[in-house]
Amino acid sequence: MALSVREYRARIKSTESMKKITRAMELIAASRIIKAQQRAQAAAPYARELTRAVSAVATFSNVDHALTLEPENPKKAAILIVTSDRGLAGAYSSSVLKEAERLIEKLKGEGKDVDLYTSGRKAEAYFKFRQRRVVQSWTGFSDQPTYDVAAEIGATLIATFLAEEGDDLADVDEVHVVYTRFRSMLSQEPTAVRLLPLEVVEGTEPPEAGDLLPLYEFEPSPSDVLDSLLPRYVQSRIFFALLQAAASELAARQKAMKSATDNADELIKKYKRIANQARQAGITQEISEIVGGVNALADAQAGSE
Amino acid sequence: MADAGDSVLQVELVAADRLVWSGQATMVIARTTEGDVGILPNHAPLLSSIIEGVVDVQTVEGETWVAAVDAGFLSVADNRVSILSERAEMSHEIDLEKARQDLERAKSSGEDDDAAQEAVRRAEARIRAAERAS
Repeated sequence: MALSVREYRARIKSTESMKKITRAMELIAASRIIKAQQRAQAAAPYARELTRAVSAVATFSNVDHALTLEPENPKKAAILIVTSDRGLAGAYSSSVLKEAERLIEKLKGEGKDVDLYTSGRKAEAYFKFRQRRVVQSWTGFSDQPTYDVAAEIGATLIATFLAEEGDDLADVDEVHVVYTRFRSMLSQEPTAVRLLPLEVVEGTEPPEAGDLLPLYEFEPSPSDVLDSLLPRYVQSRIFFALLQAAASELAARQKAMKSATDNADELIKKYKRIANQARQAGITQEISEIVGGVNALADAQAGSE
Repeated sequence: MADAGDSVLQVELVAADRLVWSGQATMVIARTTEGDVGILPNHAPLLSSIIEGVVDVQTVEGETWVAAVDAGFLSVADNRVSILSERAEMSHEIDLEKARQDLERAKSSGEDDDAAQEAVRRAEARIRAAERAS
């Protein structure tokens, strides 16, 4: 027991105030999660209708579009990595980054160059520290993304995808997104998906036998409609990824802060026990000192008499 | 596929981040890139791009709802009308004063590119929607 009772008391106090902070952060994250989930739900109708429209066009017209075309010989890939702006969320950001690293390795193994695009300060800091080039990064919205941000990211990625070789923009042949999928409050899962070229969309419903499919009229023309439909579809997918990431971030933070609070509790308990022991040891020592002193005095007096 | 009997439209007006309005209607008017289009029940399946403008919805109760929308889509199939737009507002959600200021600002910005014209059209649509409702 190297430390005095006073020092243990100080430690207990600081652990207690830390516990208050982590407890507050846990509660804040918990209340924001509900909002984040509501936002994700509110965005669902748009994504659903858009998917329906895209599959309608894809199913009922034979128009090829630049965004759906597989490049013959993909040489360059872009990856959008969605992380948080702030830490204190356990392994949230690092597991996304790990997943991203795995994807980068895989793409490099296939002989593709990789361009990095990041969202969230954590990813930016991660690559900056390792002195790896990030083409563009967006920050400052990770826990409540707006559609405008998604639209901007989408526009940038589409532009790089559509850029021809020799343009100023880096020309990429495929675009991937790495984000954290929100499964439940307890489990979030880093996922990598290929965004572009768009894969064939799941049809609204498979045509049943004898059922006539609606024959859409397109105004102004199928290709024009597709032209404006597909970029929006891409943006909505990115928005979806951002919303999922936001909900996951908050869930991860809540979990991390809950275990921090629990750990602080444990620590306080432990310190209290040690402090009490130290106090008791002090008292015992004092008593034995007094007793020893009295005995010595008595001995001395007995000797002199 | 629609039954001849059910002659109402199931309308959904959807913005990127929320469902703005949904309900049953007898008529929907929207502005496409080709011009205004009115949708009545049992309309042929249609997929069309719409531009910044006002969408009119006449409900089965005979009310008229007006909304201002951004560029987006209109899809009609089986008496289901979906209007998708990145931004959409019902007329009663629009602050008329603020919309007027936005229009002034958009007009006086002096730029004449596509984005500026789009901003002007959007502001005009919002004012029109708000005025129609009041």
